[in-house]
Amino acid sequence: MIPLILLPVIIPLATFILLLFFRRSLVINQTVTILSAFIQFVVGFMILISVAGDGILVSQPGNWPAPFGITFVADLFSAIMLILAGLISLVISIYSVSAFGKDFQKGIYYPLISILMMGVNGAFVTGDVFNLYVWFEVMIISSFVLLTLGGTKAQMYGGLKYMTMNLISSMVFLTGLGLLYGQTGTLNIADLALKMRTLESSPLITTIAMLFFIAFGIKAALFPFFFWLPASYHTTPVTITALFSGLMTKVGIYAMIRFFTMIFVHDQQFWQPLFLTIGGLTMVVGVLTAASQYDLRRILSFHIISQIGYMVFGLGLFTISGVAGAIYFLAHNIVAKTNTFLMAGIINRIKGTFDLKALGGIYRTYPFISLLMFIPIMSLAGVPPLSGFFGKLLLIIAGFESKQWWITGVAVAVSLFTLFSMIKIWNEGFWKKTPDEDVPAAKKSVPFTMVLPVVILALLTVVMGIAAEPIIRISTAAASQMINPDEYIQAVLGR
Amino acid sequence: MELILSTVIGVMYAAGAYLLLRRSIVKLILGIIFLGNATNLLILLAGGLTWGAPAFVEKGAGVVSQGSADPLPQALILTAIVIGFGLTAFALALMYRFYRISGTDDIDQVTE
Repeated sequence: MIPLILLPVIIPLATFILLLFFRRSLVINQTVTILSAFIQFVVGFMILISVAGDGILVSQPGNWPAPFGITFVADLFSAIMLILAGLISLVISIYSVSAFGKDFQKGIYYPLISILMMGVNGAFVTGDVFNLYVWFEVMIISSFVLLTLGGTKAQMYGGLKYMTMNLISSMVFLTGLGLLYGQTGTLNIADLALKMRTLESSPLITTIAMLFFIAFGIKAALFPFFFWLPASYHTTPVTITALFSGLMTKVGIYAMIRFFTMIFVHDQQFWQPLFLTIGGLTMVVGVLTAASQYDLRRILSFHIISQIGYMVFGLGLFTISGVAGAIYFLAHNIVAKTNTFLMAGIINRIKGTFDLKALGGIYRTYPFISLLMFIPIMSLAGVPPLSGFFGKLLLIIAGFESKQWWITGVAVAVSLFTLFSMIKIWNEGFWKKTPDEDVPAAKKSVPFTMVLPVVILALLTVVMGIAAEPIIRISTAAASQMINPDEYIQAVLGR
Repeated sequence: MELILSTVIGVMYAAGAYLLLRRSIVKLILGIIFLGNATNLLILLAGGLTWGAPAFVEKGAGVVSQGSADPLPQALILTAIVIGFGLTAFALALMYRFYRISGTDDIDQVTE
């Protein structure tokens, strides 16, 4: 009997191996990938129920006892992320069916999605720092291939920047990891949490923490390190951008939250201002740059950066309510952000362009689709009762509780600018008249498989807003599990 | 020994960073290789340099015998080398494709 916690890694791996045998059959590729994504989604829920009911799940796949072997651990935060990862892979694989041409899909596209999911899920369930590094590498190498699949010049150019920054981030991660091992003699997250709380603060520990901060900061596209993201995300087909926006940067922020709540607990008077400043700058720079763009994909790419700033702000408060706000916001952002990119894909299918100046009149021709797209746009802007409102509300309340007036004020102001950008998308894309009015607007049909993912994600955004309370309760429990890691340590080390 | 190795690692990091800042993609990839190898040496150094026996577990015993070297940094480095190899192979393939499409090795010459 395979332990439940290993399934998020085994299912994508099995899917990948299976698909390699059926490279020529489009139907098998599509069906198996969708089915596998759905199973991952369900397994995520089963893990969440199990963790919420019976406590943290632990497994030692190599049969070595805890601090020596590789440990797989799922706490509430991991379980939430697993569900979201399964959801994103599900909607993306449904969307891909008609978003790409047949030749593209017959290539290595679906197997790559499976490998990417294996890396992402692995990063969420691992309880070992080096193992996390390995999952990161699994994830980035498949993302390199996905990003450059198709091989246009723009993709090569974007891929090169993306690859270089990710490789540098990996080196920094590995450097920090080596020094961390030299300092503590362990790489097990639970053991590190235990040992770090007994160690005195030292310059070396701060250096190590800074290396991890930079490594995850590059992955999560934080303020001084984000330049690779707008340089590469718009070059690839928008479906792949949607997948990346939902998962890649979020894994970086996941690792950052996990490390800076559980392991690096020293010198908070140094880290807190740093986190809040970086978070604030990320929010402001992202949103202001987005406001000056007219390409739909570029606007949305810059908004990824801006929204990451909110999560860093929540983490930087170092309180349970702050981290809980960051987790809720993370969940909201994965759902809403992916949805806006999928929506951009539909707009491109209808109008053949991403340029807001050339768009217009979508509301008149496609009222249902437009209303559907109104939901994620307004959710990102933070309009009640959608999920974005509660995400921002939680963070702002947490900011006031910690008496961080400045940064909370910045968060509120940035929210206003986000609304500005989103209204710009709505006005330019949907509401204004078509620039070339003479040409009769031929109504193109949008395939059902492209609309269904948008409907699923839009419904979730609404549900997460209306039924916010249970989700807030789970995120608060997840945050307190990490800030007071006694239960985690007890579960992994048995003491 | 620690001093020599630290110096070597420092020089390799510096060389890697310098190469990364060049405009040529070949040099960029060489820089990445330098950084990767410097990191591998750093793990070895951070794990502690000792003159020890090979880390074998005797039959029947649960732990490595006394006086053996720490096996974990070696295992980490081995894994990191394999991963680095794969990434470098991809980087070279990407560089070749880039060169075929754009006809140049100079990043500044290319515009979208």
